[in-house]
Amino acid sequence: MNELEDLYREIILDHYRSPRNRGELAVPPAHRVEGFNPLCGDEIVIYLDVRDGVLEDLRITGRGCSISQSSASMMSAAVKGLPVDGVRRLVRSFKSMMSIAGSEDAGAPDGPGEPVDPTTLGELGALQGVVKFPVRIKCATLAWNALVQGLDEIAAGPVDEA
Amino acid sequence: MTRPLDVQALKKDFPLLRRGDGDRPLVYLDSAASAQLPRAVLDAMDHYYATTHANVHRGVYSIAEEATRLYEAARLRLGRFVGAPHPSREVVFTKNATEAINLVAYAWGRQNLRPGDAVVLSEIEHHANLVPWLMLHDELGVELRYIPLGADFHLDLAHLDRLVDGAKLVAVTGASNVLGSIVDLAPIVAAAHGVGARVLVDGAQLAPHRRVDVAAADIDFLALTGHKMLGPTGIGALWARQEILEGMPPFLGGGEMISDVRLDGFSPNELPWKFEAGTPPIAEAVGLGAAVDYLEAVGLEAVAAHETALVRYALDRLTDAYDELRVFGPVPDSVRRSGVISFAFGGVHPHDVAQVLDQSGVCVRAGHHCAKPLMRVLGVNATTRASLYLYNDEADIDALVEGLATVRELFSP
Repeated sequence: MNELEDLYREIILDHYRSPRNRGELAVPPAHRVEGFNPLCGDEIVIYLDVRDGVLEDLRITGRGCSISQSSASMMSAAVKGLPVDGVRRLVRSFKSMMSIAGSEDAGAPDGPGEPVDPTTLGELGALQGVVKFPVRIKCATLAWNALVQGLDEIAAGPVDEA
Repeated sequence: MTRPLDVQALKKDFPLLRRGDGDRPLVYLDSAASAQLPRAVLDAMDHYYATTHANVHRGVYSIAEEATRLYEAARLRLGRFVGAPHPSREVVFTKNATEAINLVAYAWGRQNLRPGDAVVLSEIEHHANLVPWLMLHDELGVELRYIPLGADFHLDLAHLDRLVDGAKLVAVTGASNVLGSIVDLAPIVAAAHGVGARVLVDGAQLAPHRRVDVAAADIDFLALTGHKMLGPTGIGALWARQEILEGMPPFLGGGEMISDVRLDGFSPNELPWKFEAGTPPIAEAVGLGAAVDYLEAVGLEAVAAHETALVRYALDRLTDAYDELRVFGPVPDSVRRSGVISFAFGGVHPHDVAQVLDQSGVCVRAGHHCAKPLMRVLGVNATTRASLYLYNDEADIDALVEGLATVRELFSP
């Protein structure tokens, strides 16, 4: 059962049972972005409120497994209030922790990233056990990929403005 | 009178089922995704490669003729297995059931369907029997209609006559890969033929578990796959009425499927080779032939009786043990219920259920089972699915029930 306990750490189950920053924000001013895991049909919706280069607030809704939901909850707690470049740095560190040699995530546009000491990621380090279950990595990274997509869309600016 | 299966003896025929973690045997409950193979099938393929391998329908030397004989013998056995009136001409080997349905959509569909023609499907279809028709919808403007799912998890045939009105084809599964419902084909065939529509049956989940007789069922096309009926992957088949196949243009072009090729054209080969371009999966066909022999020796009637009894035991045990367990499928009646059991386990996500069960050596499937429209009808993203076959027994079900206790313990609020 050790591998199982490694995957389902108590902190992960806590975030799964009591997800942080659950809900919606008014759009606009918030930006709405969706993420899907075609493998299992899991979906996530993130509302991002970015002002003056800072992720002031975010809310998350959606359906998914304990890993995707707890990862989203932990992410929301970790990135809320950070400057956007700090958010992006954290995403790179997290995805680096989640990458296994030869996996597609290891070939991210930002490069494979530096080896990350999971203890520097706080609670997020608890998700490291997921790497032993490669099928579940996509569950753990679902919210993070949606977050990056949302930040990219915000950076690109609204399409309805010239 | 059907003799009950000696499951303990049968299990010994399947090398993979002996794989386990120490003294804990592997509990394989995912045969609806892919069944395990008996030693006889593995031996048949090994023996073919070790003694007889050569390309078929080409060489004049003796092992090439022997390979051709084995390949065509497998075709005959599969054809007789499903009651084909002309097994030597009506069985086309494909890669799987998906390719068989695509063959019909591509060759028959493009020849026979016009914009506005209706094709009737159902809400419980596997993507394999949805996407080829959605492609024709996009390409030709074919209208798609769907037989709805009823409250009893069987197809609701109440408005069948209206649905088939003006239809050219009715394409339905023989048994749901999610719900375990076995489709009542007779009224569907009668309604379809009453308006001159052809009937295609996706037999991937039916033929491994119940006797299919294409002549008695009076259907026009049957799609089959080998790896769900104790055969290898990479081999399946399309059965279709000879006169329909004769009228259809070829599907893939290449060697084998021609009788003559000139620089300005070609003439297609005779049936069934007209639809088999390129070197076929010979060893896989031989293996599928051996799988058919194995199933015939055991007896499909005995398989069906065993599964019916075991699914009843499983549903009783699961629902007795767990109030939070909800089954998506018909109650176990004697005829129209297969050994596929999809369920929700409280609010626990199927991925989590399957992951925890795996740690107990129990293999079940979690996900949308390539039936996303059905998931929407059921109002879920995914289900956990246990599926039974001839080598499963009550001990396998007990292991599933015990494994779920760990799931409950871990994820209870």
